[in-house]
Amino acid sequence: MTDQVLSVKAGYKKRNLHYALICMVLALLTLSLMCFELIYGKTVYTPAQIINAIKDTTGKAEGYFTIVTLRLPRTIIGALAGIAFGMAGNTFQKLLRNPLASPDIIGVTSGASVAAVFGILILGLSGSIVSIMAVVSGIIVACVLFFLSKGRGFSNGRLILIGIGAQAFLNGLISWMLLKASEYDVPTALRWLSGSLNGVKIEGAGLLAVVVICCSVCILLLTRHLQVLRLGDDFAVTLGAAPNMVRIALILLALLLTAFATSISGPIASVAFLSGPIADRLTGGGKDNMLSSAFVGSILVLAADIAGQYAFSVRYPVGVITGILGAPYLLYLLLRMNKKG
Amino acid sequence: MNEHVIKTENLKAGYDGRIIIDDLNITIPDGKVSVILGANGCGKSTLLKTCARLLKPEGGSVLLDGKELSKYPSKALARTLGLLPQSPTVPDGIRVTDLVSRGRFPYQKIMQGMSDADFKAVSEALSIMGIESLADKCVDELSGGQRQRVWIALALAQETDILFLDEPTTYLDIAYQIEILELLVELNRKKKTTIVMVLHDINEAARYADHIFAMKNGKLVAEGAPKDILTEDLINEIYGMRCKVIEDPVYGTPYIIPIGKQAEQR
Repeated sequence: MTDQVLSVKAGYKKRNLHYALICMVLALLTLSLMCFELIYGKTVYTPAQIINAIKDTTGKAEGYFTIVTLRLPRTIIGALAGIAFGMAGNTFQKLLRNPLASPDIIGVTSGASVAAVFGILILGLSGSIVSIMAVVSGIIVACVLFFLSKGRGFSNGRLILIGIGAQAFLNGLISWMLLKASEYDVPTALRWLSGSLNGVKIEGAGLLAVVVICCSVCILLLTRHLQVLRLGDDFAVTLGAAPNMVRIALILLALLLTAFATSISGPIASVAFLSGPIADRLTGGGKDNMLSSAFVGSILVLAADIAGQYAFSVRYPVGVITGILGAPYLLYLLLRMNKKG
Repeated sequence: MNEHVIKTENLKAGYDGRIIIDDLNITIPDGKVSVILGANGCGKSTLLKTCARLLKPEGGSVLLDGKELSKYPSKALARTLGLLPQSPTVPDGIRVTDLVSRGRFPYQKIMQGMSDADFKAVSEALSIMGIESLADKCVDELSGGQRQRVWIALALAQETDILFLDEPTTYLDIAYQIEILELLVELNRKKKTTIVMVLHDINEAARYADHIFAMKNGKLVAEGAPKDILTEDLINEIYGMRCKVIEDPVYGTPYIIPIGKQAEQR
């Protein structure tokens, strides 16, 4: 190989290594936050005690209830939901080439929430049937949105505007159902309005883990197709990709991630919206940032959950904290979009 | 380079059921630089897009080596036939090498990284376009001319025997226009790549094309070497404008002087 080929190769490899390093640091950060969630609380447990309690099958180990029933599901579901929201949001944003096109901004997440709230509060259902309803409803809302924004030729701008409107409408529906519901209580209400990890049960984690692993592996395998799609449809076809099929597949995978996570943790506000852009900043752009945005999502959820529990005199659910982070960025993007016309 | 024949048979093409090209029969000369000329809306880009399978024919067919384009597996076709679209999108923050590497998509299998052959093709594309020194730069920071070279390098990394370009010089300064066209001609001479492009400037077409297709209202009006077909009558027919054809004092090719209404009043 000539020197020039080697230097081109070296530059390429260097950037990939840089990206891999950032992903590793983010993964380590996620793991440390998970450990912190397990260790810290009203009672602080040692790692040995935690391992003991998790291994214990009789339920008699020291701190079993706190660790295995309370902290473990919270930690695992927090991490998984973060991965789901982060990757789904980034997929939408990269595919539609707009940071505003994230499922929590354009109403897809709220679409899933509506069905979950309806199933739980009105029909009295629970478990995986609620997840399935949330998924179906999320997909229906997404289809309606795409259909409405089709008009004469699809436009991302129209999708975002219609989506923001749809989100307001769906959130209105959720509030109304919460008010009407007989089982009305504050924690449930908060879960479905902004997302919360309070009282999540370990049963939810298994299904969510399967969905998150399957969908994220598929999305990662489709990354190269996405890279080509980002050059525009004409280029994608010329290079031998099938833009429409790839788009539908990626959107479906992102919808599955969003809807399943929402059905368990509620729509943890702004995580989907913030993860991609934060990952872009960290890696310097140019990458598709699927893995990095997934870890950023987890870090956001876990860190916000820890802050919500311990940083203030009152405990706030995780979605309130992430929502506060997301609001200024949303305003900034809307202002900038307005300026550009 | 392998020899290839692309031809259209009774081709009908257009958008959303509206027929723009009707009953067109052309054969693209192998290993030559061809330019499609014509007024706005005459179907130049439609023809290019249909020949590059971006548009499905509404009737008739486009044949590559005697076989319809749609019969080829899409990645296999992408290894023979490339196209540079008019306005591709630059992903934010991407580096030159990484963007050019996208041209290797048709050669890559799932789960596989860039092979040494891939790096070689990318590096060669960069040097043909003279942008080796920009390899690790951000595409966002480049000038219009440099950016166009990067896009062409992407199409070159695809290593196709046939390359279509849809108005590769639009939005570029005159110096960049000439630079890009000369690079393309050089590529054709060196690697025998068949080049077909849509151009707006008749004089540039006359200078750099081996073969010209002149179109009007979706029909072929004339084709052949610039010297043989570029006449005052033909220009009047396809653009509805009077002109004078003189000899380009430098290149010896036909040179068009347009004549507007004001000239007649003098």
